[in-house]
Amino acid sequence: MRKQFVKTAEAVAEHDERLVLLLGDIGVFGFQNVFSKYPERVYNIGICEQAFTSLAAGISKMNLIPLVHSIAPFVVERCFEQLKIDFGYQRLRGSFVSIGASYDYAALGCTHHCPGDIALLKTIPGMNIIVPGSDRDFDVLFRAAYSGHNPNYFRLTEKGHALDVPVTFRRGMKIREGRDGTVVAIGPMLERVVNACINVDVTILYYTTLSPFDGELLSATFQKGKIAVVEPFYEGTMSYDIVSFLQGKSINMLSVGVPRRFLINYGSATDQDVACGLDVAGIKTRLERFFNAKK
Amino acid sequence: MLELVLQLEAIEDHILDARQLSDQAEEQMISDIEIVKKMKREIIEAMLLTGEGHLPSAFSIIDILWVLYDKILNIDSNNIEKDDRNHFILSKGHGALALYAVLSERNFFTKEELRKFARYDSPLGGHPDCKKVLGVEASTGSLGHGLPMAIGMALGMKIRRLNHRVYTIVGDGECNEGTIWESALLASHHCLNNLVCIIDYNHSTDRALTLGNLSDKFSSFGWCVTIVNGHIHEEILKGLKIIDDHRPLVIIADTIKGKGIKMIENNPAWHHRGPTQEEASIMLKELQ
Repeated sequence: MRKQFVKTAEAVAEHDERLVLLLGDIGVFGFQNVFSKYPERVYNIGICEQAFTSLAAGISKMNLIPLVHSIAPFVVERCFEQLKIDFGYQRLRGSFVSIGASYDYAALGCTHHCPGDIALLKTIPGMNIIVPGSDRDFDVLFRAAYSGHNPNYFRLTEKGHALDVPVTFRRGMKIREGRDGTVVAIGPMLERVVNACINVDVTILYYTTLSPFDGELLSATFQKGKIAVVEPFYEGTMSYDIVSFLQGKSINMLSVGVPRRFLINYGSATDQDVACGLDVAGIKTRLERFFNAKK
Repeated sequence: MLELVLQLEAIEDHILDARQLSDQAEEQMISDIEIVKKMKREIIEAMLLTGEGHLPSAFSIIDILWVLYDKILNIDSNNIEKDDRNHFILSKGHGALALYAVLSERNFFTKEELRKFARYDSPLGGHPDCKKVLGVEASTGSLGHGLPMAIGMALGMKIRRLNHRVYTIVGDGECNEGTIWESALLASHHCLNNLVCIIDYNHSTDRALTLGNLSDKFSSFGWCVTIVNGHIHEEILKGLKIIDDHRPLVIIADTIKGKGIKMIENNPAWHHRGPTQEEASIMLKELQ
């Protein structure tokens, strides 16, 4: 997805002179073409994420559009107060694009993991949170959102899906219809969810914009019964949105996500998926157990 | 002979002009001092109504703010939405009462509004909110945000080829924050000579962490440094007019927390405390 980010950023920078790219000394090599084409609008700011998040707010105050990029924990957790106050409270335009997701850099250990980013950012009113599932998703969603008046967070991963889905910013979409319940698949989880639901007759909803949450789709689709959320970050992160839009309905809910503990092992992201039960087999086991129970 | 007489007359004219200018400057100085005293009285009166506010911090920076708004910034309520003006961020947001008093004096809002400070439905809170108050350019309060924002604005101005300047006031306690020193690196690296950072050096946090020689520190970070007395308007003005070819400017302003009121000058007990009626009477008398 990072390659797509470079392509999209370059294309947008070409037609929108307001875009200013700020890198936290991450992904610099990939952007070398953009550096040489727009030297006055592309900066490798350095390893000073807190100051440069506030700096991005200052750029935004001058009617430019900052596009900030670094690894997820350094964009979100290290700079949470700057995101909250400088961008959220002041309602400034700007986009933050992270890479690494929950544990793409599994071998680097917990300092480079970030399964808590979405839960944290959901406490900032007005922050658009976008979790693209594929390269195409990112391209469509970034172009739709980057020049809006709210701050945006795009969570990229190296483990996107290969499905071609016509996504729309701020909207969820129905992938298929079923009778035994609903599964909400978030971003890169979609393909795994589709493959895991071979033996369960469920409706599958696909969400890439998590804030604001398309509650209309959910409440129109779901009447009562079982609902599972398969999320690529800490399990339960989306519970507040799901429950608040289903008020008054009888629900039985399952969250399938990253367990809320430090993932102290290393290996690859695929190893972590297996350990967390977020590979196709793990998701399939939990969904079948949930939806087929007391049938 | 005639030439000599004409030359003598010309010299006399120059002397008269210089005296007139000197008289005007003195009148201006007296007028500025009186305005600052008046604003200080208004701050005390506003605090008396709610018991809220950081009085010593406000009095520490009010002279600097007045010089900025009166002689440097070229910001008024008619051009606030335009890019082609100077910009100001109060990084030490807890000095908000001084900013409000100055903005009110410059007709951004009424004195009546100032007297509603910190009430539930007032736009004027303990820390400034740029979404509520005309003239406030950044919502600050948590320390260490304003300077890097000012740097972003200065960089943005360079990108847009705008020839104006960005000013910010940072507290000395605020200089404990890591973002200040990240910013110090960034501003000089990007040659932001359109940035002016004024440090309100009232030594309020020496008890926790001494800053040592701030001048040497900023100088070693690649800044142009000047030191002024933060309560003498001519010195402040002279400092604010310095422009370096490529370096950002830091003005280290020696100030007194609570300047002008004996009972609160450099008295930490007053950091965040409103006066009683009796205390306010003494303060107001001192400011006559």
